[in-house]
Amino acid sequence: MEPVSSSLSLTTITLFLPMVGLTILMFMREDTQKEAIQWTAFGFSIATFIASLLMWATFDTANGGLQMAQRFDWLPTYGISYYVAVDGLAMLLVLLSTFTMPLAILISFRAHIIEERGRVKLYYMFMLLLEWAMIGVFVAQDLVTFYIFWEVTLVPMYFLIGIWGSENRVYAAVKFFLYTMAGSILMLLAILFVGNEAGTFALPEIVAGVQSGAIVFPFDGVFSTQSFLFLGFLIAFAIKVPLWPFHSWLPDAHVQAPTSGSVILAAVLLKMGAYGMIRFCLPLFPQASVDWAPIVAGLAVIGIIYGAWVSYAQTDIKKLVAYSSVSHMGFVVLGIFALNAQGLQGAAIQMVNHGISTGGLFLLVGMLYERRHTKAMSAYGGIWKAMPLFGGISLVITLSSMGLPGLNGFVGEFTILLGSMGSQVLGFFFTMFATLGVILAAVYMLYMFQKVYMGELDKPENMNLPKLHWHEIAVLIPILIMIFWIGLQPGVFFSLLDSSTSKLIADMGQIVPQIVAQLP
Amino acid sequence: MIQAPNIADLNLEYTLPAAFLAIYTCFLLMADLFIQRKTVTAWLALGGLGVSFVFNLFVFNQGGEALEGLFIADQFTGFLNIIILVTAILTVFLSIDYLKRTQIERGEFYILLLFSTAGMMFMASANDLIVVFAALELLSIPLYIMAAFRPNDVKSEESGMKYFVLGAFASAFFLYGAALVYGATGTTRLPEIFQAVEGIVTNDSSSVFLLLVGTALLIVGLGFKVAVVPFHMWTPDVYEGSPTPVTAFMSVGAKAGGFAALLRVMVVALPTFFLNQGDTTTAWQTVVWIIAALTMIVGNFVAISQTNIKRMLAYSSIAHAGYILMAVAAAGTAGVANAAAQGALIYLLAYAFTNLGAFGVVLALEKNDGTGTNLDDFVGLSKSKPLLAAMMAIFMFSLAGIPLTGGFTGKWLIFQATLDAGLVPLAIIGVLTSVVSAFYYVRIIVNMYLRDGDGSPADGATPYVTYAIYAAFAGTVILGIFPVLATNLTDTVTIAASVIAR
Repeated sequence: MEPVSSSLSLTTITLFLPMVGLTILMFMREDTQKEAIQWTAFGFSIATFIASLLMWATFDTANGGLQMAQRFDWLPTYGISYYVAVDGLAMLLVLLSTFTMPLAILISFRAHIIEERGRVKLYYMFMLLLEWAMIGVFVAQDLVTFYIFWEVTLVPMYFLIGIWGSENRVYAAVKFFLYTMAGSILMLLAILFVGNEAGTFALPEIVAGVQSGAIVFPFDGVFSTQSFLFLGFLIAFAIKVPLWPFHSWLPDAHVQAPTSGSVILAAVLLKMGAYGMIRFCLPLFPQASVDWAPIVAGLAVIGIIYGAWVSYAQTDIKKLVAYSSVSHMGFVVLGIFALNAQGLQGAAIQMVNHGISTGGLFLLVGMLYERRHTKAMSAYGGIWKAMPLFGGISLVITLSSMGLPGLNGFVGEFTILLGSMGSQVLGFFFTMFATLGVILAAVYMLYMFQKVYMGELDKPENMNLPKLHWHEIAVLIPILIMIFWIGLQPGVFFSLLDSSTSKLIADMGQIVPQIVAQLP
Repeated sequence: MIQAPNIADLNLEYTLPAAFLAIYTCFLLMADLFIQRKTVTAWLALGGLGVSFVFNLFVFNQGGEALEGLFIADQFTGFLNIIILVTAILTVFLSIDYLKRTQIERGEFYILLLFSTAGMMFMASANDLIVVFAALELLSIPLYIMAAFRPNDVKSEESGMKYFVLGAFASAFFLYGAALVYGATGTTRLPEIFQAVEGIVTNDSSSVFLLLVGTALLIVGLGFKVAVVPFHMWTPDVYEGSPTPVTAFMSVGAKAGGFAALLRVMVVALPTFFLNQGDTTTAWQTVVWIIAALTMIVGNFVAISQTNIKRMLAYSSIAHAGYILMAVAAAGTAGVANAAAQGALIYLLAYAFTNLGAFGVVLALEKNDGTGTNLDDFVGLSKSKPLLAAMMAIFMFSLAGIPLTGGFTGKWLIFQATLDAGLVPLAIIGVLTSVVSAFYYVRIIVNMYLRDGDGSPADGATPYVTYAIYAAFAGTVILGIFPVLATNLTDTVTIAASVIAR
């Protein structure tokens, strides 16, 4: 581990840039400076993105430990510190967050719903607060700090859905808030228990203690202390992912949220759950992870098929995309609980891919909605003819979400399936059913594409849809770049993950030897 | 033959914060007769509270027993005095304009407030069951009057009457409990009870029964004051009927005083009260545990169905009493008492700021005739009064225990102590009910932000009220972001060790 420096680390700078922006926004006047507010928010999200790129540039891919760490005491008597750092996985997800946020802000500039509901300043303040909390979740290395960021993400998202959502927004917002809070509050107990046992809340120290045997969470089967702690964490994460059967908040939240909210929810917030599983469940409770892996992976596989199946039955485009998230995130969880380096790397790449593809899909739905004010598939048809450029871009994003080789989606799903196939704890059956999900994904995605974009342009309302505005193109281009970049050159991203995932698996293997067998 | 004690041995200086306030209030009572503008009385009351606050800072770290062991001034007392005085000061600020505009302005209000405050402070420093009882009465009687302070209002009168009758009843329970404990142990001094308990547990079975009943009655008496289930029935009616500043004061101050006594009695006098030798948990832990669980469940679930914010906050305050009672239950396990007391103190401080702030906002919305306190009156507040709505939102998040607010800090320390004590099921009930509580707190936010409406003009948000809300807001947020400022003070709180060392 890198020695912790007292000077300001890049991690802290990246983390707090959105907060600086938020503070500035606080002093701006909504009625006279609307444009300025928008551009300030956008500017700070770009600055945060640049800062995170700088982090990437200084990141040492050969080092599997934590980098760019910063730590100072926050509540010393209770062993709690402000402790932030990144490893490969966290770095990747920080990049995903900072990449998504400028897009979400840019697409809000002309969003109809925000014009209508007003309160622009509040909106952008919540966006920046959300970005701060999201980055915080990924960089926090102290359990309590992590929990704080984790819970704080709820608040801005709740308001984004609740104030700027569509008709049924209040129900969706409250459901989102309570559902996720119910999950995470059990995690708080688990965190406190772990902290009490370990005498510190610093994750690296606790993991080291678990490694050396200094800290033991007793384990003897499915009903033991370690299993309960594992579940305390897992349920919180499973709700966020969402893992079937904890997914019921997701369609409501996605459908009611404004476009930007859906994009962030899909691209980043769901990833927090999967990230948490990798960061906390596996290293802290290795035996329980191995023991529970088939069950969790089983739920993941059910989610893959269920999500795909239900997607196919939807008539609302946004709901279709929302349920496809359940399916795609099932792959991520499957990869994680394959408990090997391949599975983990696939899961991490799939997280990014899902963020980009599904985020992209939500952007597309949002653009359609801006033009036609409906999300029913039956209202569309032949859109490709009306908007050729838009149709082309949509095809690429749809194919990427389906997992077409050469585009990003394929890389992640393929690696996950490889990992699950070679896993000592999962194996053939899990892989077989998951593969079924890949086929189903093609079915519902192509079904959607056919209904909306292909066919005759027979509805008069669709004849004269306005062309893509410059800011819409500006939002879609980065998405396209990423789709092709990850699809054609995944090595860049795998190299970021390599050391961290190998280290994690090797660490776990010391305690639970049965997963070591397949170390590369 | 009784020997007159030497004045120097009494350590009178340790009693200064509370004693000064009590004496000062007596003078203020007379001075008030000659004061025409009652705002002057309010400022004089504030002055007294301020001086007492300063005295408290002086004795904070160097206190000890005073008045031959009747009175104790340690850090536990000092910290509680801070909570109580802050509560009283903020209540005065909330009251000045409110009393004027609802035409119930009388100088006696502030004097009663100060007497009650002094009672709370005595309660926090009582080291003897008789002193606890006297302090309890000094705390309660002014509150009975204040609850009925709005003349010709049936609700207010009912509130005062109900509070008085039930409160007197509860005091009797406490007194009988104290008598039985005296019967069992031969003393009312808490440390001496502690010493006697060991002998009782090892030898004498008949005294165990006396002590057990006595302890139960003490819990009933104090449980009534802090409003825990099943002794909570009076709370909603009294909270709803009392003038809002009184409700705010009562919900925080009376709770602080009650829990001070409860913790002190349980931890100092009865920490080794085991039914069987060799037990590791005390005889009262299970009872307190069940009461805490019931309180959290009933308080939170009933709060959901309330339509009046004062009643809702009443049930919420019942629920919060349950959370603090978790700390008392945790204190029943050997070795956890200090952590539990520290958690309870931080929780009380956070709760004081948050709840006073929330009641401040309610008071700002309340119309002169006492209406305007329904949940629907919050609809659209974020448009008519954005700042007020934002602060109310933070208060609600704090009550629900969302991080970066004081409420989270308090909950987390209490849960930690509870887990430390091995009461995992209780902690699970605690966190699950706090999700339930989020439901009704969030509903206020839904009304303020997500529902469209004209929004209340919040005419009650006069400067004094606004200052009080600002202060409460600052307290809530600072306690959430820099809890170290408060935990530095509570870190040294040891209510158990000094006794056990003997």
